[in-house]
Amino acid sequence: MIKAILIFNNHGKPRLSKFYEHYSEDTEQQIIRETFHLVSKRDENVCNFLEGGMLIGGSDYRLIYRHYATLYFVFCVDSSESELGILDLIQVFVETLDKCFENVCELDLIFHVDKVHNILAEMVMGGMVLETNMNEIITQVDSQNKMEKSEQSP
Amino acid sequence: MSDVVEKTLTALPGLLSLDSQSTKLSSTSKLGNLIRGITELTSKHEEEKLIQRELTSIKEQVSSPNTSMRQMKELMVRAIYCEMLGYEASFSYIHAIKLAQQGTALEKRVGYLAVSLFLNESHELLLLLVNTVLKDLQSTNLIEVCMALTVVSQMFPKDMIPAILPLVEEKLNHPKEIIRRKAVLALYKFYLIAPNQVQHIHNKFRKALCDKDPGVMTASLHIYLQMIQENPEGYKDLTTSFVTILKQVVGGKLPMDFNYHSVPAPWLQIQLLRILLFCSTIFLCRDVAALCIHCVSLFFYCIQPLSSFPAILYESAKCIGNFVLSLKINLKYLGLKALTYVVQQHPKLALQHQMTIIECLDHPDLIIKRETLELLFRITNAQNVSVIVEKMLEFLPFLKIMLCCCIIYTLFIVLILFSYEEYTYAPDNEWFIETMSTVFSVGGDMMQPDIPNSFLKLLSEGFDSVEEDRKLRLFAVDSYVSLLQGEPGKLPQRFLQVISWVLGEYSYLREELEAATVLRLLAKLLDMKSTSSETKSWVLMAMTKLCEGGAGVSVTQEVCETYGSSLDTVLRQRAQELQHLSQDCELRARVLPRGAGLEPLEVDSSLSFLDGFVSEALAAGAAPYKAPHQRQEELAQAKALSLEPYGLSLPISMSSCSIADRQSPTLLSVSSGLSGDSPDLSHKGGSTTLKLDGVKRVWGREGYLSEREPVEESAHVEVPSPLQSPSQQGEADSSQSQTLTPIPTPQPEQEKQQLASSLFVGLGSQSSVCLMGKSESTTQRFRRKAKGTVSSSGASEQISNSLASTPSTANHLLCNNLLDSNITSDLAVSSLEQTSQLSQGPAAANGICDVELTGSDMSETSPTLIRDNGVVAADPAPHEDPDKLKDLCLRTHLPAEFSGLCHSEITPLCTNQTLDFSACHLQKEDSLALVAFIYNCILMFCSFQVSCVCDSPVQEARSHSVAVCQYSLTVKRPSVHVEVVGTASYQFPAGTPHSAQFSYKLPLTSFIRPLTVSTEEYGAMWLDFSHDTKQKLTLISDGQEPLTDTLNVLKKKLQLHVVEIIGMEGIVACRLLRDQPCLMHCRLHAGTLSVWLRSPVPDLPDCLMYHCQRALQEH
Repeated sequence: MIKAILIFNNHGKPRLSKFYEHYSEDTEQQIIRETFHLVSKRDENVCNFLEGGMLIGGSDYRLIYRHYATLYFVFCVDSSESELGILDLIQVFVETLDKCFENVCELDLIFHVDKVHNILAEMVMGGMVLETNMNEIITQVDSQNKMEKSEQSP
Repeated sequence: MSDVVEKTLTALPGLLSLDSQSTKLSSTSKLGNLIRGITELTSKHEEEKLIQRELTSIKEQVSSPNTSMRQMKELMVRAIYCEMLGYEASFSYIHAIKLAQQGTALEKRVGYLAVSLFLNESHELLLLLVNTVLKDLQSTNLIEVCMALTVVSQMFPKDMIPAILPLVEEKLNHPKEIIRRKAVLALYKFYLIAPNQVQHIHNKFRKALCDKDPGVMTASLHIYLQMIQENPEGYKDLTTSFVTILKQVVGGKLPMDFNYHSVPAPWLQIQLLRILLFCSTIFLCRDVAALCIHCVSLFFYCIQPLSSFPAILYESAKCIGNFVLSLKINLKYLGLKALTYVVQQHPKLALQHQMTIIECLDHPDLIIKRETLELLFRITNAQNVSVIVEKMLEFLPFLKIMLCCCIIYTLFIVLILFSYEEYTYAPDNEWFIETMSTVFSVGGDMMQPDIPNSFLKLLSEGFDSVEEDRKLRLFAVDSYVSLLQGEPGKLPQRFLQVISWVLGEYSYLREELEAATVLRLLAKLLDMKSTSSETKSWVLMAMTKLCEGGAGVSVTQEVCETYGSSLDTVLRQRAQELQHLSQDCELRARVLPRGAGLEPLEVDSSLSFLDGFVSEALAAGAAPYKAPHQRQEELAQAKALSLEPYGLSLPISMSSCSIADRQSPTLLSVSSGLSGDSPDLSHKGGSTTLKLDGVKRVWGREGYLSEREPVEESAHVEVPSPLQSPSQQGEADSSQSQTLTPIPTPQPEQEKQQLASSLFVGLGSQSSVCLMGKSESTTQRFRRKAKGTVSSSGASEQISNSLASTPSTANHLLCNNLLDSNITSDLAVSSLEQTSQLSQGPAAANGICDVELTGSDMSETSPTLIRDNGVVAADPAPHEDPDKLKDLCLRTHLPAEFSGLCHSEITPLCTNQTLDFSACHLQKEDSLALVAFIYNCILMFCSFQVSCVCDSPVQEARSHSVAVCQYSLTVKRPSVHVEVVGTASYQFPAGTPHSAQFSYKLPLTSFIRPLTVSTEEYGAMWLDFSHDTKQKLTLISDGQEPLTDTLNVLKKKLQLHVVEIIGMEGIVACRLLRDQPCLMHCRLHAGTLSVWLRSPVPDLPDCLMYHCQRALQEH
């Protein structure tokens, strides 16, 4: 199960945080800080997995991350998830964002947090992977946008 | 206004710099303002102020009645932003719910989003959302339904599930896939939080599994994974469905857009494999797993689940190998991880990757290093422990900066302690103490408190040998004194505590060391600023044990004065003790007897020794003692002044008192039943040098190329040496000497290889073949078989010698035998050489017999007999008390070379007035021999020929003598019983040819031999076999372990080889004579034994199954 999805930039500023398990506000902030602390120290040429952390719940949890230009995408998962599966899921997520925002950048994430959340909700639901097919995700997001617009325009 | 911005933004996507966009935004959007404000700030404090200001303004606006929904939406986004930065905006929660309730689609969505980000499952406001969710679930608007389902799966109060369950359930039949998909996941969530409430709709999950939309099916797999994990037996019937689905996916039946980088739906495959892993029928999905492995890229995804399929271990090992060697660091990591996973069962797998593992140790990535250390930890054994520990010590400094330090640290300490305590691995005392010192000084305060305690326990309880214990303690004292003379300020507190305890307890062992010196050293510790008060009390305790008059008095006096008035009550208590005990020698000797560490302390918990004092006090008018809770109650009743703080302080002082005990705190509860053997202290080599003795044996030659060396050697080990023929021994010797010859290699490379050899020593010595190369192992196997020297029934050396040596000996013996019978016969026979040609009609040509007989005459001394599966003979073994005299006399005619082999009862086949024809069969390792005895009843010489399939040379039998023929039988087509049909034709010198028909029936089991394979090989073979059969057999359940008992019966009766028993499953291997293997997989299931047989030979599984059944019934 996916426990949390975090996006922050190179300076550790959170851009999106979604927890699928309940933590107190303070714990959440601490998790973000420590995750950034861990991830930012790693070189580009090392592996994308970190484990054994104390943050979310002991040894069963792993951090799987990818670094894109100015942003870190970090998934906190338990041992039931496949590392490479998640790594590719991050790729799918980013590619989807790129398609939805047409050449995505950090600013899109800042100003459209709600949209990013909506896209994410089409991929991961309650900590479970719902959809991995990029075309399908985009279709869903588009159809929802369209409907909303048609509701609003009259 | 904000939606104008919205449109601007969508129209101008991907603006790369913050400035260009923020200038556009800043004028219009409040969020833009906020963000720009934050980016301009430099300090955290300013940010806090800004956000607080922002929150106040949001608060004002949301509570104003004039705020429109659209504005509310914008406010919510800002609140979300603030929350993300860690500032609580709890005032907005209720408004988020309101927005979700009242807004139109877009606003509703933001409302739901805010709710799911702000609230959690147990939040009370969530109850207000239930109605909204109910309404939206019934909505005709798809998007509203979707939103409701999403929020339900994110969080929903457990108590309210029944309210919406029917609605969600209904959605499973919704025409739109996306709704069905989300409904399935929402139900999954319900299943997780309240499994009982969704009990009744399990059937609907099945429907979802069969949904025409792959997405819905995928979603339902989450539920099944969970349910099967909990109850693997309950969903057996679905296993085939999962396999079918997986086959379809792998076969590319899904639409193209499910492919990810040309792999068909990898996530779906992972999920399916996981499910199949939990389905108990492991072997069922073996072929499926193999199917997946073909697609190597997929294996990347499922390396972990796949590695746990025992049946495909061989393939997994190969793939893991590719991973470990991969240049891509992520794959390397996964490879190491999988390797760590499999080496626990199969340590030999690490052998082939030793050089890679060594390289990974020096890898710049700490995570890789850590994984490698973990791997090493798993393969630790008696021989390599010191090298591995040394490697871990090197790694220690890194641990401090890593999050995983505690875990690996514990791992490491446990390793050291275990190595010394349980297995007595550790090379020597010095090594142990020094290593522990390093560990304590580096790891220090990070480690769990029980580690120093167990170390102290180890020291105080010692091992069997008193002398060794003394040496160990002495060495500890020496090394700690020198540490204290150095710079004790740098040592961590925990280590100082350990040091002071050891010095207090054992420094008397070193006679030339004066107590005063130690006291001064300890006093120095007290003066240091960094010393914590806990450490100080340890130090004071140690001083109390040491203060024995003389020179130490001044030091103790000084210390007592300083701490006698300390504010810390514990310290003051210690100081008081020190003072009193240092003055009263007698009392001290009683309280702290020297060297009493071994006896467990008896604690008088009733404090009976105080009885006198108490009664005196009571007599003097003191109030009787009341337990704290009594006092509390009374206080509550009296409503008097609250004295709680005092009440609370009581247990604290109690616990600190326990430190005053002579032992370290945990020792009180320790049982003294430590059964450690005395440590092997014979090695006195330096601890830091590589341990190379015992290494050459396995790893004499250069690394990569010589990796196959140990394989061969281990295979040699497999052959019990007494059974080796001289030539074979010579061969083994030569290969061994070859192995020992060192070949010079470049220096750094050699170092690595030395390291490798010391790290991996002890792994290769196990007998079975490592996975290195399948080809090697198979040739090994066959070579060994071809020699056919090892008898299955533990033959004596003599037999094996005769079997393995040249055939001439055997024939010589046979000749003697014949000669003897010649002598005993009374009548001289004239025409010795006379022979006649006899009919040779092969009976098997009629198709009755499926047995191929390779006949061979006794008198023939062809050396090929042994090389082919040839010579068979039987054992005279007269002590086996035969029933019939004739039997006995026939037995004596069994060729001597076959003594020791078990043979069946000698059965008469046909008897007439001239000939008495009997036969028996003998089991040899690679063949089945049929020995026929022809007893000539009349007084004439006769020549005869037995013909079955092949030509049998004409033989002569003198009157009243016995001629022995032997045939080697092989099975062409297995059947339950094998019948040998033949004709014996005989002719007297002056008569017409006669013939007698005979048939000899023997069960298939006579042809079955154990097949010695390793589990890996088994897995590999299983894959290749096409013929199989399955059946449930009765279990022998009179013992403790029905599976083991049953398999033992089968092993005894049918000569099967039990490869491995893993939990409820067992794998067994046998072969039909030489090279027709048959594999058996047994699993306990509901009181019966599910047996699955597989073989490349048709019919063999069925026939064997019959015999298994019989064997178990007869038992």
